[in-house]
Amino acid sequence: MNLSQALEIASCTDPGIVRSHNEDSVAADAAKGLVVLADGMGGYNAGEVASGMATTVITTELQHLLEETPPYQLEPASGVPYAEKLMREQIAKANTSIYQAAQSQPQYSGMGTTLVAAVFFDNKVTVAHIGDSRLYRLRGETFEQLTRDHSLLQEQIDSGMITPEQAKFSQNKNLVTRALGIDPTVEPEIHCHPTQLGDIYLLCSDGLNDMVSDEDVGMTLQTLSANLRLAAQQLVQMANDNGGRDNVSVILVRVVRDYAAPKGWLSRFFSWLR
Amino acid sequence: MAAKLILSMDGLVLKEITLTKERTTIGRKPHNDIQIDNLAVSGEHAVIVTILNDSFLEDLGSTNGTLVNGQPIKKHFLQSNDVVELGKYKLKYINDQGAKGASPLDFEKTMVLRPGATPKAEGPISKPGTSQTVPTTPAAQPSPAPTTTQPQPTAKPFATSQTVPTGGTSHQTMHVSASQPMSIAEPMSTSQAVATGKIAAIQILSGANAGREMELTKALTTLGKPGVQVAVITKRPQGYFITHVEGANFPIVNGRLLDAQAHPLNDHDIVELAGVKMEFFYKT
Repeated sequence: MNLSQALEIASCTDPGIVRSHNEDSVAADAAKGLVVLADGMGGYNAGEVASGMATTVITTELQHLLEETPPYQLEPASGVPYAEKLMREQIAKANTSIYQAAQSQPQYSGMGTTLVAAVFFDNKVTVAHIGDSRLYRLRGETFEQLTRDHSLLQEQIDSGMITPEQAKFSQNKNLVTRALGIDPTVEPEIHCHPTQLGDIYLLCSDGLNDMVSDEDVGMTLQTLSANLRLAAQQLVQMANDNGGRDNVSVILVRVVRDYAAPKGWLSRFFSWLR
Repeated sequence: MAAKLILSMDGLVLKEITLTKERTTIGRKPHNDIQIDNLAVSGEHAVIVTILNDSFLEDLGSTNGTLVNGQPIKKHFLQSNDVVELGKYKLKYINDQGAKGASPLDFEKTMVLRPGATPKAEGPISKPGTSQTVPTTPAAQPSPAPTTTQPQPTAKPFATSQTVPTGGTSHQTMHVSASQPMSIAEPMSTSQAVATGKIAAIQILSGANAGREMELTKALTTLGKPGVQVAVITKRPQGYFITHVEGANFPIVNGRLLDAQAHPLNDHDIVELAGVKMEFFYKT
C-alpha cells in the first residue's frame, strides 16, 4: 500500500548557529509512511556517524521489510501489528551496529544517538523513541507531546521532585537515560496512536524544544499549516533566532487522506484503484 | 565545580560548604553535615539533595521553618544566589556551573546517563574537529498532496480587533476586504522578537478597509485570505520578512513579484496581496 497520497511530509535539519557540524540525521519515506529522526552524540564526528547509522539502518531495512509484510497484519503469536515487531527488531539491529562500531573503532568510542521513528499504517501511527527526541501532534487547536523523554529531567518531573515550570531552569537538561548504541541492548518505548484527517505530527530533536517553547511551536504549525515545508523551515529559523545553540531538526507529517488497511476484497479493490 | 553554600550570621561569613554529597543535612545536632548550634534550629532541620548539578532543599518539619529568599518553603529547587534562612543564620547557595565549569558549550551537549555510571565516567562527549559529511538518507520531498487548506482558526473582522495585544500568544486577525474578505492572523510572540528593534506596522491602502493599520508585534503575522492567497510576515532579530504561504499568486513588493524565498521588508515598502495594497513601515 502506497501512502504518498495520504501523507504529506516535510523535513528540515540545520547545524544551528553555534555548532560547526550537524549530528542530527533525518529520513522519510512517504510511500511507506516511515519517518526517522536521530540526534547523535560522541566525540569528533562520531555523533554524526551514530545518527546516520541509525536512520540509514532503520529506514532501508524497514522499507524493504514493509514491502514484504503489510504493517497492519497482526503477528499470530502476540497479536501485535507487524509494524511494531519490525520496528523493535530494526532498532535492535541499529543498536548492535552502532555499539559494535563504537567498540571496535577507538574514534567512535562512546558514540550514541537518540531516536524517534514513526510508521503510519491503517489510520494509525506507531512511534518508537529512545532518549529525548520527541513526537508532537497538532490536532485541531491542541498541540501536545506524545512521547515522554528518557531523561534525568523527565524522571525528576515524574517523581514530583520538580515541576515542569522549574524544569526550564534546570542545569541537567541534556542528560538522557537511554540512547541507541551505548549498551549491547536497548529497550525502545513503542506506542500506537490513532490518527485523524488533518493531524500534523512533528518529530524533532532537542535543538528545537530547548530553544522554542511548545506554545510557539504549536502556534507556528497552526499558522503555517497550509505550507508544511515553510512551517518546517520557520521552526528551524525560530530555534536559530533564539540562539541556535544545538543542531535542530524537524520532520512534519500531515494526514491528508484516509489510509485504512484494506480488509476485504472490495476495499482491496478500491485501494488498488487509488 | 560543585555548588556551594556560604553560611553567615549578621553579615559575618562563618563557613563555606561545598555540596559534594548526595544528601547534605542541616541541623543543631552534631551528626548533621552542617551543624548550626542554635536553639532556633531544629535537631534535624533541613536537607539538601544534590543530583549532578541541581540541588533541592527540603525542610524536615522543623519547628521554626526554613525560608528561601524570605519565603517559607517545604521543598525548593535551589537556584544560584538563593538565600536560605534558618533562624538568624543565612546560607547563600552559589552554583555557577553553567557559567564557569567546563565551557558552557560542552555543558549543553547531550550525554547519556546510565544507571551506576556517573556522566563523568562516560567521558565527556565533545564534538569539535573537521566537519565530515556522512551519507544520510535523503529527506523525502513533500508529496504533491491535494492540500485543501484549512481556514485560519480565528478570523475576526478587523473592525472588532483593532486593538493589538502586545503580549501573549493569542491569535489576532484582521479583515482587509477589497471585494472579498481577507484576514490577517497574528499569533505568538517570542520574547526575543518583541525584545528587539523597532516595531513595524502594516497600513491598508486600498479596498474597503483602506486606512486601517496594524502593528506587527508578534513573531508571525499572516496576511491574506485562506484558500486564496496567504503570506506571512515574520519578525526576526534582523528585521521583518515576508514569505508566500499558499495560493497560486505570490505577493508583490514594490511592483516586483516575489518567489518562494523570504523577502526582507524595508520601511515604506508597498505590499500587494490578493488585490489589496498595503504599506509596511516602521513606527517611530
